[in-house]
Amino acid sequence: MALQEKYRALIDTAKAAGVTNLQVREQDGVLYVDGEAPSGAVKDQLWDIYGRIDPNYLTGDVVMNINVSTAVPGSKVKVTTKSSNLNIRKGPGTDQPIVGKAAHDEIITLVSRANDQWWLVRTDDGEEGYASAQYLTPQ
Amino acid sequence: MNVKNSFRTTLILIFSSTLLFSACKVRDSKIEADVNAKMQSLPGAEGVYTSVKDGVVTLSGDVDDETEKLSVETAIRDIKGVKSVVNNISITPPMPDPMAPVTMSGDELLNQGITDVLKDFPSLKATVQDGVITVTGTATADDWKRVKMALDALRPKKVDATGITIK
Repeated sequence: MALQEKYRALIDTAKAAGVTNLQVREQDGVLYVDGEAPSGAVKDQLWDIYGRIDPNYLTGDVVMNINVSTAVPGSKVKVTTKSSNLNIRKGPGTDQPIVGKAAHDEIITLVSRANDQWWLVRTDDGEEGYASAQYLTPQ
Repeated sequence: MNVKNSFRTTLILIFSSTLLFSACKVRDSKIEADVNAKMQSLPGAEGVYTSVKDGVVTLSGDVDDETEKLSVETAIRDIKGVKSVVNNISITPPMPDPMAPVTMSGDELLNQGITDVLKDFPSLKATVQDGVITVTGTATADDWKRVKMALDALRPKKVDATGITIK
């Protein structure tokens, strides 16, 4: 219960911000937070709060997985690489051949979320393939 | 038949058919008893409320899904005396069980995952042992935040960042 107290502000904000399917469980000294945020902004807000309680996320207290519920087929996502292009691949894996590229800051279409790490996307040029979800931000 | 006879026949017919129909009509109290008994035998219908008026059964309350909603209606409609069913049951999908054990990825899956996650971060190294991802190296705060988000998405038991230096 100690971790739930330490991260009280994070849990309370998740509830207040309308995160659905919220699950907060403490197991073997780690707090697991899972849920669906109504927008990318809410997800960002939760990571900010987490970072305030655990500066630079270094303690290992928390494993957090907040998906964005608006990231549905047909929705738009932004390429949020640091500055480089994002590779679009034939299959979900960095060992897969590259079939196209999306530019940094480009807005592309989400076709489907294959899994938490790889999303099937399509650019306006019609290039379709898998891109790493860690560089895609739901709009 | 003359007029008087046909009139009497008609009266008898009307009288006996009234008797027949009233014998067919089941009292609301009997229907209610049968509905309650039926509800006891339906799994997943604990959240459903019933009321009976003039042979019409009204259903309300909550069930987990559409299939459940329909099966309650079908079961009630079959009860003798029920003229019709008004189904106002709402669907409330169950909340995930807060007591359910946390899903964690096995080491093989984690190993595959960390390769992809760290591909663009050559200054970081990671190893996996019994569900724990141990990351070492240097990174900017922004980079480490991205990496931490992606590592959490692999569903490890824990992310050990004690060996990380933020520059």
